[in-house]
Amino acid sequence: MASCGGRGGECHQSHCQRSEEDGGTEEATRETVASLSVAGDSPPSSATRGGALEQCTKCGETVAAAAPRAINGLCAACFRAYLFGKFKLAVTTNAMISPTDNVLVAFSGGPASRVTLQFVHEMQCISLKNWNASKSQALPVFGVGVAFIDESAISIGPLHEMNKVIAQIRSIVSTLSPAHKELHIKPLENICSMSSNDGRIRLNELLDSVTDATGKEDFMEYLRMLTLQKIALDNGYSKLLLGSCTSTIACHVISATVKGQGYSLPGDVQYVDARWEVPVVLPLRDCTAEELNQLCHLDGLELLQLIKRPSNSINSLVSSFVARLRDENPSRERTIVRTAEKLRPFCFNKFVEDTYHEFVPSRLRCKFQNINNSETALSEVLCPLCGSPLSEPEVQSLRNILEKTQTLVENFTAHCCQSCSFQILPTGAESLQHFYTVLPQSVTVRVTGGTSDHSQLRELIDDCLLVDDDNDDDDDDGT
Amino acid sequence: MEEGSATAKPRRATGRLCSTCNQRKAALKRPKTLEQICRECFYRVFEDEIHNVIMDNNLFKPGERVAVAASGGKDSTVLAYVMSELNRRHNYGLDLFLLSVDEGITGYRDDSLETVKRNEIEYGLPLKVVSYKDLYGWTMDEIVKTIGLKNNCTFCGVFRRQALDRGAALMKADKLVTGHNADDIAETVLLNILRGDIARLSRCTFITTGEDGPIPRCKPFKYTYEKEIVMYAYFKKLDYFSTECIYSPNAYRGFAREFIKDLERMRPRAILDIIRSGENFRTATSTKMPEQGTCERCGYISSQKLCKACLLLEGLNRGLPKLGIGRARGTNGLNKRVEQRNLHSERTGSSIESKQCGTLDF
Repeated sequence: MASCGGRGGECHQSHCQRSEEDGGTEEATRETVASLSVAGDSPPSSATRGGALEQCTKCGETVAAAAPRAINGLCAACFRAYLFGKFKLAVTTNAMISPTDNVLVAFSGGPASRVTLQFVHEMQCISLKNWNASKSQALPVFGVGVAFIDESAISIGPLHEMNKVIAQIRSIVSTLSPAHKELHIKPLENICSMSSNDGRIRLNELLDSVTDATGKEDFMEYLRMLTLQKIALDNGYSKLLLGSCTSTIACHVISATVKGQGYSLPGDVQYVDARWEVPVVLPLRDCTAEELNQLCHLDGLELLQLIKRPSNSINSLVSSFVARLRDENPSRERTIVRTAEKLRPFCFNKFVEDTYHEFVPSRLRCKFQNINNSETALSEVLCPLCGSPLSEPEVQSLRNILEKTQTLVENFTAHCCQSCSFQILPTGAESLQHFYTVLPQSVTVRVTGGTSDHSQLRELIDDCLLVDDDNDDDDDDGT
Repeated sequence: MEEGSATAKPRRATGRLCSTCNQRKAALKRPKTLEQICRECFYRVFEDEIHNVIMDNNLFKPGERVAVAASGGKDSTVLAYVMSELNRRHNYGLDLFLLSVDEGITGYRDDSLETVKRNEIEYGLPLKVVSYKDLYGWTMDEIVKTIGLKNNCTFCGVFRRQALDRGAALMKADKLVTGHNADDIAETVLLNILRGDIARLSRCTFITTGEDGPIPRCKPFKYTYEKEIVMYAYFKKLDYFSTECIYSPNAYRGFAREFIKDLERMRPRAILDIIRSGENFRTATSTKMPEQGTCERCGYISSQKLCKACLLLEGLNRGLPKLGIGRARGTNGLNKRVEQRNLHSERTGSSIESKQCGTLDF
């Protein structure tokens, strides 16, 4: 990678200097390349003075002024290799994709998910080539599927637009050959009900019960995740790939802070999120939205033009704030994410050990949870709506409520984090009751279901229980 | 937009009654909760909330001598007023006095100091003024003339912190209180996230800091909204100086402040939510944190060999205004930087460089 000192003299740019706390050469590499972004700020190089031709800062190839060039002063090929390199590093360092995996790529049509799809496809092709060339063919090639959520039930655009969009997606996926990729297009209302009409009605009722604009947006995000999880589970996928990039994560860091979710924030910004039934991974976490946009433009990757609903929420305020910061300093997004990286992640930010674990090189074994350790996924209580782990005071108030008898609704709302309680749950007993009845079962079951849940509840109130065992009451007739 | 208040407002055809006492006419809408409230109830709830914060966090002990940092601005004026009032009402048993810092900014600080002198008489609290000129040999006017307008807030902030501690020590105070309000703390949380300063991020929401140092300092207004402080001062007709520092327009904090103002309009409780997030951040065990030691020169607490004030002062006195600005390279930051600068000065023949690029080095 080209070094920042290449232009001669001391580099004064703040984003180039490592803080004392940082360690690791990965960081340094990422940072030195990041410092090259925004050609506008750095002084004109000798290569550009008096000429229309520029040299790629990496391979030195002379690039004609008319040819599309990337932001870093790299030629298209080097830029592409640089981004793919970041993707591949994220995947391999975090053991994201194993040969036996069936990965589902969440596709929204935007640049980030388009690039995720493209890079995963390329990785798959490389695996396939190796497999074809190998004699033993012992390690299989991982499978790839694509998921798209049809939001026409709540969309503001005309219905026929969706058919055009779907046709576009099919065509995009079909260009990704040789390895075949299953395409799953599911309507958002599917999680509310199997029947399409009933689902639409319930979904709209559900969303109408949420009055806060930010709450509604966030709730839709949680419903999207539930839909993706459902698609993954129903079709046997073992991993879910999201295109979340540095920019989206930076916005999430700020908006989570602003919503009082400082405790749960670290869990959302890691490479791996294994609190879901199908673990979620973020292979493009180290690329900025600008870089991904550039790549789509350079490579002519087709994007979907979906109508965005106008937004007057905290999320959009944060977006414009981060955009202003980015204009002032392009590496601000990276710094924000780096700050969040210094916070303590949760145990669910590591994969649970599985059969693949034995094949993982020893240096990557630390990426898996040690189930012999007391730190297991069960030790955190998760909000049934957003999946955030509850902080200590929230758990305490949950504990207080569980000690008294309560209705299903009260039990459910007690498990919700303070942010969801404020911005999503309707106020007023009647509307809250109605909201609970139209909630998808996949949400409500996260609180009331299963024996694992029961033992989790029991753990919380153990210190207040006076009987040792549930069967003790049978023995009180005395002997 | 979600209304923050859980209390139902009484529906009346004529006029609006205070939602708390239901007797007097509502004079204002509380910025924190948007509830309609009369003046008397507002005073009461404002003062009671601060009293609860003081009690819940055990900020004071009876008999303590407490310096109230006073700049003449709205926060410190209201702080002096409320502290004095609560001390009397709830018998805290504190020995209060006003402590002011003269940074030497003509047309700003000399005016606000007049306000503090009036407060001394109005509230009956003795006043002590410490000046940068006496402590460091430099006024802010002189500093700005030397270094320009890019990093002057760094100098002023660092110098003021030490000045307050020194002044408090001189006056034999046990504690120092400052008027930092919820908006300030929320801004600081955001700023530290933007800057990647995990060390400060973990400390900036503490209501009391410096307990292991000479003078602990606390912020009774930690959960008080700036808007409510202004309202209180306005309705109570308190005497304060309301002009912004003449050197402040370039402060980076302005970015965060603007954002928070927009946020408050959309969701008032967001300010407290940011503080809550800040309190709940847990640093990863693998993150290296700076170790606290003492300054070799003046004995003040410092994580480096020289404390920031000594470092900045060194820079000013030696004509190296960038000393202490930006991150130090390695552990020998001072020596390396001085070497580099000396070499550069010799080469170019200039002794003082004015800062060009818009970096956020603090």
